[in-house]
Amino acid sequence: MTGASGSKMGSTIGSKIASTFRRILDSDIWYKFKQDPIVITATIVGLILILSSAFAPLFAPHSPFDLKTLNLSDAFTPPAWIEAGKSQFLLGTDDQGRDVLSTIMYGSRASLVVGFAAVLLSMVVGITLGLMSGYFGGALDAFIMRIADVQLSFPAILIALLISGVARVVIPNSQHDQVAIYVLIFAIAASGWVQYARTVRGSTLVERNKEYVQAARVIGRRPLAIMFAHVLPNVLGPVMVLATLHIGTAIITEATLSYLGVGMPATQPTLGTMIRIGGDFLLSGEWWILWFPGLALVVLVLSINIIGDWLRDALNPKLR
Amino acid sequence: MLAFIARRLLQSILVMLTVGFIAFSLFNFVGDPVALMLPPEATQADRDEVRKSLGLDKPFYTQFAVFVQNALQGNFGISLRLGRPVSQLLAERLPATLELVGVATLLALLVGIPVGIYTALKRDHWSSQVLLTGSLIGVSLPNFLIGIFLIIIFAVWLGVLPSFGRGDTTQLGFWSTGFLTVSGLKAVVLPAVTLGFYPVTLIMRLVRSEMLEVLRTDYIKFARARGLSNQAVHFGHALKNTLVPVITITGLQLGGLIAFAIITETVFQWPGMGLLFIQAVQFADIPVMAAYLCLIGFIFVTINLIVDTLYYVVDPRLRMETSSAGGH
Amino acid sequence: MSTSPNVPLLQVKNLRIEFPTRRGILTAVDDISFDIAAGEVLGVVGESGAGKSLTGAAVIGLLEPPGRIASGEILLAGRRIDNLPFEELRKIRGREIGAIFQDPLTSLNPLYTIGRQIIETIETHLDLTHAQARARAIELLNEVGIPAADRRIDHYPHQFSGGMRQRVVISLALAANPKLIIADEPTTALDVSIQAQIITLIKKLCREHGTAVMLVTHDMGVIAETADRVAVMYAGRIAEIGPVAEVIHSPQHPYTIGLMGAIPSVGDNHERLSQIDGSMPRLTAIPKGCAFNPRCTRAQDVPHHRCTTERPELMPAGKTMAACWLHASETVQTGKQAVTA
Repeated sequence: MTGASGSKMGSTIGSKIASTFRRILDSDIWYKFKQDPIVITATIVGLILILSSAFAPLFAPHSPFDLKTLNLSDAFTPPAWIEAGKSQFLLGTDDQGRDVLSTIMYGSRASLVVGFAAVLLSMVVGITLGLMSGYFGGALDAFIMRIADVQLSFPAILIALLISGVARVVIPNSQHDQVAIYVLIFAIAASGWVQYARTVRGSTLVERNKEYVQAARVIGRRPLAIMFAHVLPNVLGPVMVLATLHIGTAIITEATLSYLGVGMPATQPTLGTMIRIGGDFLLSGEWWILWFPGLALVVLVLSINIIGDWLRDALNPKLR
Repeated sequence: MLAFIARRLLQSILVMLTVGFIAFSLFNFVGDPVALMLPPEATQADRDEVRKSLGLDKPFYTQFAVFVQNALQGNFGISLRLGRPVSQLLAERLPATLELVGVATLLALLVGIPVGIYTALKRDHWSSQVLLTGSLIGVSLPNFLIGIFLIIIFAVWLGVLPSFGRGDTTQLGFWSTGFLTVSGLKAVVLPAVTLGFYPVTLIMRLVRSEMLEVLRTDYIKFARARGLSNQAVHFGHALKNTLVPVITITGLQLGGLIAFAIITETVFQWPGMGLLFIQAVQFADIPVMAAYLCLIGFIFVTINLIVDTLYYVVDPRLRMETSSAGGH
Repeated sequence: MSTSPNVPLLQVKNLRIEFPTRRGILTAVDDISFDIAAGEVLGVVGESGAGKSLTGAAVIGLLEPPGRIASGEILLAGRRIDNLPFEELRKIRGREIGAIFQDPLTSLNPLYTIGRQIIETIETHLDLTHAQARARAIELLNEVGIPAADRRIDHYPHQFSGGMRQRVVISLALAANPKLIIADEPTTALDVSIQAQIITLIKKLCREHGTAVMLVTHDMGVIAETADRVAVMYAGRIAEIGPVAEVIHSPQHPYTIGLMGAIPSVGDNHERLSQIDGSMPRLTAIPKGCAFNPRCTRAQDVPHHRCTTERPELMPAGKTMAACWLHASETVQTGKQAVTA
């Protein structure tokens, strides 16, 4: 029985996704997308950045972490188009002889991994809690929502900082570097789940009162699973908008934490770490160590935000 | 009205207790609380005494009660890093942060509201599009990067503003202010602009979207149908309805700014609470972290309370004056 | 602006309202013409989407973009108003033409007292001191039947019930004594018991002030009570227009006949309510020729399939005007026996 209902649910979700896709291609959204050059540019740039950093090992001209390839005499080389620059280090090198371009690629990769993972975790937790909160109601709902309210009064950065700080004390020094990435992901995810929970809870409350849920209970099916299959398509739009904008925020939060010195360790630098290092050398003239990672960060987040912003306007029925 | 305030007060106390609980857990379960309360040279006898006086042999809720009691008196122990009482440290740094946040908020309102109104009223003009794009870029720039760029431009290239510190301050009683000296005023400019950047974009987009929303309402349509001038419609009706939610949301953002100041203070080495907190996190200085948490919680809760009351005062619909509708 | 007795107060000529969309241009109101005489109440009735509200919005110059007046003329007391610059149009609104909308709750600014809103309107159009304006405002509130007006003038909208609010809205619309009022579904959002009171109020005030009314609604009962003449709109066109009693008791257009037949009355003994089959076409799919022809039971009585090829203009039909080929002189002559009462 469960097998049949399971596959039926799968086909419901599957067919809903397929029909959604068809509707998107045929819809106003795709039309608007094709019409808006800024969004297209942003998407292309974003994709380039994401792909090049995802496949950094393939694309990067150097491996900045392979100590064997580093040569201190290469340190502080300016970008290739300046006199004294070398063509093999297109954007120059930092204080340890690491190629800035490669470090940007690897750094972006780390930033993106943390960003996406954090948002994913945040979404999963938020959606689950929102679903449970809306469905079960009562004390569970009140409890979860209280926590959400309290948490909302604190900015994400503070929560992330607290979690990082606590982790530093709790986790023995030797393991700091290894778990740093997980702590970071957890910290950023913990600070952002509320928005998803609230949206899903709202939608769940609406669905819960519908008759098919009560009917399912009467028949003996598990109403929760069925509701899940029906709530999801409704929240997909808003959640996607939230998630896209959240990725931008998550990347900035990670960069900030790394800049402040409580994010990723120096051995696995992200864009934030590089900016901090670059800041030290700014006044002595090696501007490229700061500027290029900074630029990369801004372009990355900007393109994501442009897409998210456009998505929100496109999905908003009131603005059509 | 009284009932409303009482209810909100109760909620606030609840939130404070929750925050206090988290801080308390930090204190007791992360690291050794005894060590947190004593300087490192203390002897074993001292420790035992403190342990007893802290009531660590007592049950959980008693400990919590003691913690709350201590907290209400402002006693959060000694900073692990600096060896001085935490409350003293925070009190010293509070004016710096509050002045910074105050200037940043003022800036954000003075710039954000007019620009937001402009982009709503002239939404199809190219200048609005430029400003909107600018705001999008503003939202995508991390706080610290803005600070660095400003330092580069104004401190390094142009050399007109200082790149760190607070300048000379004057002591007024317990409050040290930087507003009464030229160097103090100069020093607050870049950090305030950095801190205020994000709120400016937020306020601008908020005002714009609120105003666009308001301009589509029936009462605006009706006002136009009555032949009211554009000025009366936009600035008499639409503006008031737009600003009510904006001002209250901004108030809530204010609390967030105090936390964001952490980053700005780090970039500019501004001697405020935020810098203290970051150093505490880097050093695992638990008493400072816990105390900061409680203080921030208190500030947030107070701001929320004030904002809610403000809403109540401004929006006549919330005042439950029961006047009978008097027939049809 | 004084009107010569021969020029109607409002003249709408060949008005066409279009919406440019990515799928092409949608014509929401297609070439309609009608007049309203001074002091007359013209009902404009039709289903949702027939174009009645848009027509009202166009007359007062509040058509919301992307909708626009594509062609035609609107004349107020012989003077063209559809092409006026913004400032001229603004002066006319409220002073010459007023408007009442459907929902009294959302028509009033919740943050201002009703007094402030009325006085503001008065001061915009009439040259009175603040004290005079306030006195007049209280007078107006009394006229519309608000008790204790001198006290309630300082109350906020949410302190009034729905019916009272609509009275306030009416007083606002009449504040500067306009000659024409566009009333867009003024009673739809109200309780049935209140509706009658509001209708009576509108009738009384308009008679006393000599104000003409363009009463837009989908409720035939309101029209029957209030209007002198009525225009029946269908798919952006006028199907029939004439004196209220005639249109109701001897409708000439098949659509109007269907409408009247669909209204149940207490004395009826039918088992099923009669209805018109099908539904009004969407703006993207308006049939060629007469817009009603797919649903019309009489289309086959017209020779040469005229209903599906040519769009009928308004032509005399009995005591009203109907846009129907059945009443074209040729059809009447060739198919005299087919016309049943």
